[in-house]
Amino acid sequence: MEPFQYLEHTADVKFRARGHSLEEMFGNSALAMFNAMTDTSKVKNRETWTIELESESLEGLLYEWLSELLYLFDVELALFASFEVELAQVGSKQVRPEQAGKQVGSEQMETEQLGPTQSDSGTGSEGWKLKARVGGERIDPKRHFFETEVKAVTLHQFEVAQEENLWIAQVILDV
Amino acid sequence: MLNKVDDYIYEVPQDRQKGMRVPGRIFISDTLVDKVEEGTIDQVANVATLPGIVKYSMAMPDAHLGYGFPIGGVAAFREDEGVISPGGVGFDINCGVRLLRTELKASQVTPIISNLLEDLFHDIPSGVGAKSRLRISDHELEQVFTQGAGWAVDAGFGVKEDLEHCEENGCLKGADTKHVSLKARKRGRPQLGTLGSGNHFLEIQRVDEILDQDLAKKFGLFEGQITVMIHCGSRGAGHQICTDHLTVLNKAVQKYKISIPDKQLACAPLGTPEAENYFGAMVSAANYAWANRQVISHWTREVFQRYFGDIEMDLVYDVAHNVAKIEEHEVDGSKERLCVHRKGATRAFGPGRPEIPKAYRDVGQPVLIPGSMGTASYVLCGGERAMELTFGSACHGAGRIMSRTKAKKTYSGLDVKDALSKRGIKVMATNPKMLAEEAPEVYKPSSEVVDVVHNLGIARKVAKLMPLGVSKG
Repeated sequence: MEPFQYLEHTADVKFRARGHSLEEMFGNSALAMFNAMTDTSKVKNRETWTIELESESLEGLLYEWLSELLYLFDVELALFASFEVELAQVGSKQVRPEQAGKQVGSEQMETEQLGPTQSDSGTGSEGWKLKARVGGERIDPKRHFFETEVKAVTLHQFEVAQEENLWIAQVILDV
Repeated sequence: MLNKVDDYIYEVPQDRQKGMRVPGRIFISDTLVDKVEEGTIDQVANVATLPGIVKYSMAMPDAHLGYGFPIGGVAAFREDEGVISPGGVGFDINCGVRLLRTELKASQVTPIISNLLEDLFHDIPSGVGAKSRLRISDHELEQVFTQGAGWAVDAGFGVKEDLEHCEENGCLKGADTKHVSLKARKRGRPQLGTLGSGNHFLEIQRVDEILDQDLAKKFGLFEGQITVMIHCGSRGAGHQICTDHLTVLNKAVQKYKISIPDKQLACAPLGTPEAENYFGAMVSAANYAWANRQVISHWTREVFQRYFGDIEMDLVYDVAHNVAKIEEHEVDGSKERLCVHRKGATRAFGPGRPEIPKAYRDVGQPVLIPGSMGTASYVLCGGERAMELTFGSACHGAGRIMSRTKAKKTYSGLDVKDALSKRGIKVMATNPKMLAEEAPEVYKPSSEVVDVVHNLGIARKVAKLMPLGVSKG
């Protein structure tokens, strides 16, 4: 299994990441994203960051996961290359819609600022939780060379699918 | 698949895709139309399905594949029944261009171009992870979001006249920082006063050709003159604001039962809390971008003054090319307030519009079209036809035709640098590898794109600018 591959896209970066499990696919998606920016084989595992996320849907969770990593990259000025991901499905009653996307250790716009406007958007579907330990190091301009800066994760043609025994994600990054 | 309806106007038929409320229109020449990908036309069609869209889903001659809207996409929505969508603005909110003119002639600058460029490269941080020379407080950041370039001028970066020569005077009204997350602030604070990377640049240029003497005089341009062009946006603050609100608006789509063909076109009906919150945050990012370009302009002036003493470097104009705004336009004979989205498109208001600075009002606003490293940039002047055809909009650049992956396989960054150097164009970049992605050949020829808007009367050509020195991220 190829962990990820880049597909032709005129203006942006499009990739398809795979995994035997959802956890592996989440990790490979993250790797594909950072590898679009820099040679991730040059990134040493010196520090660990912890990420916890929740979302109403699997697609939403993958979007939050990649966006959270980009956020961390930007504020911590760090690169990541190792991803230990744990995923869990939670029942519809346990995840209220207004909490979707809530992250431990980071501020939330939904709860504090958008409040009631979000409360009735639930579809009654199940939610997902993610816990991850992310390994990497601070950017060292002498060793880390950037080919592209990823600005953001787009939702254009964003897909999560299961094909035979593999989980596959398709993502387009704004660069 | 496209029907030619007039010279330079192609229609995307309304039956191309289910749910299209209006046809699409691509303003393009017969030669360039063949280079438009099917995916780009699909994106024009997708935008046409959004509620409240007026007249057409439009694309400029530099149209190419984007996400949500195509790059080069323009669409206007009725205030009462339309929507606002971050897919029509993009992640780099108020990515834009400004042009500074000098009194210098190229002959005064070319002998010291290397030193000048090195100083600009050093003084104006660029590239991934670059730290700004500025240290601003949370309170100052708040003012940046609400006051835009005005904050920068008050803080000593530039002069009051700069503000008169910015679209919206460098500050869009309606900023609401309650909807700017702490994450966006954390990203934005250390990055104010940085150029970024990718296609962003700071360029020393020479006015190569005057294409309209009267208009050039009006804009203070003459042949052989040195100008500086700055192309950048709202950095991580804008990216995060778009990311945050995209999640919220995807929920709004379900709540308001809007059917969208692409999740990136997530939107909310104008006037709803979700739409207002996004608008207030988007405006904050737009203002951040104007402050950013203002700070960078000030440092550019400092570098030039180091070499040339107390010279004047006036701002010709500053345009946004990724933004959504409420504007008044004539629709079927009556004036209507519309939410105009420009995604990789420049406002190109014709003569008489009150939004244009007094100095230019009788002729139309300057329209700045950046080239890529080796190709010409253009200054145009907004025309009356833009008001009739495109909600006062023109193209924003050359438009990509080759993917980054293919560019990297085809060109080496160092070869690109050498080839440009032989043509008298010096380039400095944090990583030469990045230059391959931005090789001149990966874009459509900017002259062809500009000719389309000129021939349509959307914007008239005023001057052609050639790069002498380019600083890239």
